[in-house]
Amino acid sequence: MRPGISVYKGMKRAGIDLVTSVPCINLQDLLGLVESDPAIIHVPVTREEEGAGICAGAYMGGKKPALMMQNSGLGNCINALASLDELYELPLLMIISHRGGEGETIVGQVPMGRRTPRLLDAMEIPWFAPSPAEAEETVARAWEEAEAGGRPAAVLFDIEFWMSE
Amino acid sequence: MMKRIEAIEVVAQEAESQGALVICNIGFPSRELYAVHDSPANFYMLGSMGLASSIGLGLALATERRVLALDGDGAVLMNLGTLATIADQAPENYLLVILDNGCYGSTGCQPTCTCRKADLAEIAKGAGIADVKTATTPEELRTAVRGVGAVVARVDERNADVPVIALTPKEIKDRFIEECARPSP
Repeated sequence: MRPGISVYKGMKRAGIDLVTSVPCINLQDLLGLVESDPAIIHVPVTREEEGAGICAGAYMGGKKPALMMQNSGLGNCINALASLDELYELPLLMIISHRGGEGETIVGQVPMGRRTPRLLDAMEIPWFAPSPAEAEETVARAWEEAEAGGRPAAVLFDIEFWMSE
Repeated sequence: MMKRIEAIEVVAQEAESQGALVICNIGFPSRELYAVHDSPANFYMLGSMGLASSIGLGLALATERRVLALDGDGAVLMNLGTLATIADQAPENYLLVILDNGCYGSTGCQPTCTCRKADLAEIAKGAGIADVKTATTPEELRTAVRGVGAVVARVDERNADVPVIALTPKEIKDRFIEECARPSP
């Protein structure tokens, strides 16, 4: 199965119905699935922090929101994750293409890529890095954790994940 | 020039008569709104400067209720991409109200670029927001707040002498979510 489909199925199982996104080449397939799903409101945003804000408002209006982005975007939304989501106890599912590891061809992805897990740890945000076989289950569980804890949860998908079939 | 707390009072009165939900910018604007017209339909931001317009957009896309975002020039300048996204989504139940006092009013009135060259109404138009109004008096603001798109209202730079908000973040959120779940009045 295409790896993007496993992630998409997990989001559907969780009931995600509003998605904000900043693209990554590795999210291309998943973005297409989300965009063509009439049950999901898809809001492409200009910067990841904006996406976190939209997701917070959408949650208060009754939606189950997710933010899809590259790990570089985590740096662009750190303040919102703390002073909006954590402060008000708002759940958020983050679907993150994790660049900068094995197989990376762009040197600029390496500095943020190698710090991404530690940044999430510093933010006390639970994170998961499933295999393609585990992805559907893990994505659904990450949302459940976010909702139960009233906080963000992240699922990281590295280059190897997207290379698998 | 119109005081900001006067402008906020106009928006709050209109929000109540429209049955609108209000997302309010961090700092003195939220304190002033809390002082003149506290309501469960108000979401007071206590952090995440720059995101009032984004929270408002997300809420407007999620609900059929009318939504007003009460934002400031410094905060909008921090998140200018929001104007393009609002234009792109263009929800018919959403109005962004920018109270432009030309300074960072909650941190000692350091000037923003709008007190010299930047024109937020023109930027909003350039971003593609179809209906952008400007207001300099309470009467103009009251009329403009009945529309959709964006309003830029010029206000005085002074803050009112108002107390801090005596609610915890969770209290603000819980009563707001409860209010959001009610149908349009």
